Amino acid sequence: MSDTNTQLPLTAKDFKGKVNPDWCPGCGDFGVLNGLQRAVSELGLQPHQILTISGIGCSSNLPGFFKSYGMHTLHGRSLPHASGAKLANHEMTVIATGGDGDGYGIGGNHFTHTSRRNLNILYLVMDNQIYGLTTGQISPTSEVGMKTKSTPHGSVELPINPIANAITSGATWVARGYTGNIKQLVRLIKEGIEHKGFALLDVFSPCVTFNKVNTYQFFRPRVQPLEDIEHDSSDWKQGMEKAMVWGDVIHTGVFFKTNTRLTLEEQEPVLDEGGPLAYRELSLNSEQTERIVSRMM
Amino acid sequence: MSGFDYVISIGGAAGQGIATPGNILARLFARRGIHMYAYNAYQSIIRGGHSFLTVRCSDREVRTHGDDIDLMICLNQDTMDRHLEHLGPGSSVIFNSDTIEPGEATEGVQLCPMAVGELAGKGANKLMQNTVAIAVACQLIGIEFSALADVLEFQFSAKSEELVAANVEVGKAAYDYSAANFQPASQSAPQPSEPLAVWAGNQAFAMAAASAGVKFYCAYPMSPSTGILHWMAENARELGIMVRQVEDEISVICMTVGAAHAGCRSMCATSGGGFALMTEGVGEAGMMEVPIVIVNVQRAGPSTGVPTKTEQGDLWQVLGASQGDFPKLILAPSSPLDAFQTIPEVFNLADKYQLPAIILSDLLISDETSTINPELLNMHPVIDRGELITEAGEEVDNYERYKFTDSGISPRALPGIPGYEHVVASDEHMPNGVLISDEYTHPHKRRAMMEKRQRKMGGLLEDLPPPVIVGDSNAEVTLVGWGSTAGVIQEAIEQLATAGIVANHLHFKWIVPFHADEAVELLSSCKRTILIENNYSGLFHRYMRGETGFTVDGHIRKYDGEPFKPHHIVAAVQKQLEGEVTLSVPYEEIIV
Repeated sequence: MSDTNTQLPLTAKDFKGKVNPDWCPGCGDFGVLNGLQRAVSELGLQPHQILTISGIGCSSNLPGFFKSYGMHTLHGRSLPHASGAKLANHEMTVIATGGDGDGYGIGGNHFTHTSRRNLNILYLVMDNQIYGLTTGQISPTSEVGMKTKSTPHGSVELPINPIANAITSGATWVARGYTGNIKQLVRLIKEGIEHKGFALLDVFSPCVTFNKVNTYQFFRPRVQPLEDIEHDSSDWKQGMEKAMVWGDVIHTGVFFKTNTRLTLEEQEPVLDEGGPLAYRELSLNSEQTERIVSRMM
Repeated sequence: MSGFDYVISIGGAAGQGIATPGNILARLFARRGIHMYAYNAYQSIIRGGHSFLTVRCSDREVRTHGDDIDLMICLNQDTMDRHLEHLGPGSSVIFNSDTIEPGEATEGVQLCPMAVGELAGKGANKLMQNTVAIAVACQLIGIEFSALADVLEFQFSAKSEELVAANVEVGKAAYDYSAANFQPASQSAPQPSEPLAVWAGNQAFAMAAASAGVKFYCAYPMSPSTGILHWMAENARELGIMVRQVEDEISVICMTVGAAHAGCRSMCATSGGGFALMTEGVGEAGMMEVPIVIVNVQRAGPSTGVPTKTEQGDLWQVLGASQGDFPKLILAPSSPLDAFQTIPEVFNLADKYQLPAIILSDLLISDETSTINPELLNMHPVIDRGELITEAGEEVDNYERYKFTDSGISPRALPGIPGYEHVVASDEHMPNGVLISDEYTHPHKRRAMMEKRQRKMGGLLEDLPPPVIVGDSNAEVTLVGWGSTAGVIQEAIEQLATAGIVANHLHFKWIVPFHADEAVELLSSCKRTILIENNYSGLFHRYMRGETGFTVDGHIRKYDGEPFKPHHIVAAVQKQLEGEVTLSVPYEEIIV
């Protein structure tokens, strides 16, 4: 890999992918993509230093619209792919992306375990509270009573609370953004990338085609940035309290963060020296192999 | 057969320390240069039940646990009651006469009662009967006590010196008692020769992967594949391998694909149930053209099945793993050594053709403990990663990850290199990685990419050795097998020769892609063909017939969880040659 210091700083435009997004006009995901492109350029990152890994769904198409190394994987599986890739090359900036169905539904098991594993990954979830690419069914974050094609009489299941879930599962940086507030979103993406450990950024990214409830009009009067009120994000109890708020006020910003836990990479002696595993010498040396065989005698 | 060939069985309940005498015997024989093969019949239970460990030792390499028992060690009454009837003239039975009543033995069976309490004195612990039994066994087959004392020291020194001394003392008393009271065994152990190493089957898979440069190993524990995880975890730090136990097999395969895409040689292992969860990831590796190696250690299915028993039942699961039609490599090694020697080549092929490779093992191979000549353990195989771009070259314009080539192989750039940024996708894509559904689902582009991927199978087939017939080309009958049955088929052929029947052996290791033309030619040249497999419906036969159009003359199948013994095959072949039947299902004598 090359020395990055010799390269010129890039602008958001330099992170434009090979094709233009095919999202519906007005989709919140445009805001997330723009925010991400601005954030990485402001952080001085180069495309080859970033690995963007998504699952399946509208929002999971993001890696194709973003210039970096990318994996567009299976439905719900962005986090394990991102984890494997991060362990193989821990020098890369790994960003997992996807939607609420992908991450909290089919990928729910990985969400919990990746949170507690505390790899240095940013998980960027475009939460629209609906299944879009399958043309409108309830998602794990849909509210009770929501009428969709799969719930014509209204959903009776409680929505998942991704913020509270991440905090209790051990994520070390937990935040919520809103595509209607790009300034805050860029700041949050930058902070999430720079955080050492597993960072969840759940972003309200309205689906203008299938979710007629959680619209820009719904969020605009409700969202309240935590930075505007008194909130100690180092206190997980305060984080949990704010996470449980849902109604006339819905908080955005950093709910909880801690730097007291080591990342998985820091705790793995195999990664201590020698650079990324992916670029290391493959052959074992004679000392190693002789030791293995001698233990069998 | 001349020479030393002796079978010792040890029976007891789980938790009675049956593994310890097994380990002591294995090490004792290996150090003397005696070949050993151990098969353990056990259940999915931590305490209780019935375990029956069979250790066969010989002055030549053996690949099965044999037909008859020469010496039985009973650690409990249950063992005596269940298995005494299986012992014939010339054999011996060792048991603790304080707690076990002897049964009615066949004439010529030597009963060796040992009053363990009296020998061991007051300080005796419950496991002392194991040492007593081993000491008697050594005495009966003429191994000098000092050799046993050395191994006892090795076995117990990590715990305490007192324990070593106590075991050596009671062992010596038992050894002397045996010399004074029992007849020597019908065979005596040969003089010491060059020492052998001891390994477990799963260890062979792990060692081979390590020597091939695997840097990422991931698993969820599942019998009988867990031994690979244990070896990897134990050796990870020393060898620089990232080893992870994760939440489920879906995560396992996805992490493996992630790490492989990022550039590590990556492997995972599981059994059939875990493999079922992995299947979507298998197709993903095929679509993204990411090289991964997956080991499926088959156990008796379906579903949870019989977790501690063997079967070749997953063939069609791996053949059909994942939706769609994509290139993959499937093979079934015939022994731990075969796996050890083949796996580095499997990594090379997976890298060269950028596809998932599935290795079908089974409990029989993975769970066995056996001796191995240490000189065969070459851990410095050829490593060839194929067309891999690992550093920035000259200015690249529009790097195409899935470039159309004659071979179907497109040079693969590892993430992290400036100028080669690209996205790999599980969706169908164009040469530059862009999804075809982002630009209308263009049928011509789809067809071209499908053909590019599938072209790789042609080169891969050419790289695989064609099947061969081993033995007399004029044989009366050809025994056809695949995977783990090679050893028992080979021994059955030797026994058939003694009985005046000339048989040869056609064994398949490389399953996908399949050398169909060569197979048809070989099969057509045979006078009579009998296919032997460890499943109910002849899964390999169905596959082979599909590939070749050739139907074999007879079948020998076993699906009771226990492996074939040589005499099962011999008797079935004899019956089929007499024209009585075309399907034989041997009866298992040992009930555990």
